Amino acid sequence: MGKPYYIEEDLLKFGDITEFQPELGKKFFSYYNDVFKEGALTEREKALIALAVSHTVQCPYCIDAYTTASLEKGADEEQMMEAIHVAAAIRAGASLVHGVQMMNKVKEISM
Amino acid sequence: MSEVIKSLKSRKHRLASSFIQLNVLTGKGHSNGEAFSFESKLHATGNYPLRPIKTEILQVNIGKMCNQTCRHCHVDAGPDRKEIMTREVMQQCIDAVKNSDFNMVDLTGGAPEMNPDFRWFVEELDKAEVNIIVRCNLTIILANPRYYDLPGFYKAHNIVIISSLPHYSARRTDAQRGEGVFAKSIQALKMLNEVGYGMEGSGLELHLVYNPSGAYLPPSQESLKKDFKRRLKTDFDIEFNDLYTITNMPISRFLEYLIQSGNYDAYIDKLLEAFNPLAVDGLMCRNTVSVGWDGYLYDCDFNQMLDLKIGDKIPLHISEFDEEKMLSRAIITNQHCFGCTAGAGSSCGGEIV
Repeated sequence: MGKPYYIEEDLLKFGDITEFQPELGKKFFSYYNDVFKEGALTEREKALIALAVSHTVQCPYCIDAYTTASLEKGADEEQMMEAIHVAAAIRAGASLVHGVQMMNKVKEISM
Repeated sequence: MSEVIKSLKSRKHRLASSFIQLNVLTGKGHSNGEAFSFESKLHATGNYPLRPIKTEILQVNIGKMCNQTCRHCHVDAGPDRKEIMTREVMQQCIDAVKNSDFNMVDLTGGAPEMNPDFRWFVEELDKAEVNIIVRCNLTIILANPRYYDLPGFYKAHNIVIISSLPHYSARRTDAQRGEGVFAKSIQALKMLNEVGYGMEGSGLELHLVYNPSGAYLPPSQESLKKDFKRRLKTDFDIEFNDLYTITNMPISRFLEYLIQSGNYDAYIDKLLEAFNPLAVDGLMCRNTVSVGWDGYLYDCDFNQMLDLKIGDKIPLHISEFDEEKMLSRAIITNQHCFGCTAGAGSSCGGEIV
């Protein structure tokens, strides 16, 4: 078995990215931490948005992190799955809406 | 999903031994290699040794017998456990309450109602004019016709009821507490509501306890309380007063679950990282004394299950309760205490901070 590209333990080392570029890394984490604080949106709403986006960007680290975060912010399984459906619907819609472009082109080049 | 399980003791599991549990816990620092002891955290925050503040609550565990076998149970309770408190020890508890500042007696188990002297004990405590909490698992009310009148009995003695309902969904509740527990719990809550428990203006208090159905920390108590209120009212027309969120302690059957499911290291790391020094002031061991079924004294129900008795060399017994001595003791701590100081903190009354 070869070494996998994604290693679960690497998530715990996320903070280490500051090793090669401290200034930008620190700025990123400071911004990141502020983003997830309670604001106009609750921490739970933000965790659910992050969970949906994690599926869209297909990041296994993010999926693990925001599944746990969603549970710890009080979301239930139905809410979490609905959030993922929202992400999936947007992805599907984003493909399908281009069907109009296909139709336009068909009409443009057809008699 | 949930499966029928037995107590660690009846399975002769190695974790039935408190000595082995403590060995597992003390052998674990942070996964990043950092040695991490609760004692060092107390030193660093100027709280070592941890001392009591007052004697306010006497928490009495009147037996390990229970009609349920929950997967996370820190008592390792179940139908196969026979250890129960005798009337003689109960009388010693009553005497201690009469001769001290305790204003609350918190009855727990197992299912405390399964002790044949439960009702006698409650009646005598009521005569002693002390406030009484019963940690009722709800399903006991429906377990046998002889328990059907419990709601009326609780009401007659103005008992505060604190009941576990880990979630407003059957999925999570049954996964932790056993198949069918959610439906029975809902039925029992309706019976409690019927006699006035949890209803506005009744003065009869009914509080629910949430704890995570897995290896993660509880959400904020206030926000979850709103969800529970809304969902239980909408879905089942159930009322209750307050919701307490409690962190699962990495001992006994929850420790078994953590190890079996491969979540142990990550869960302990999470507790260590979430250490909140502000929670130390409100730790329940600082205003509570815990009594075991055989009358021995502990700093809390968790220490009781780890057999960490109060007393330097000679374990102290409720029959020789001495309030002054109790207030000058050093509280025994170990790695499991990180469970009470994580995040917003955790106690038998929910969040601390």
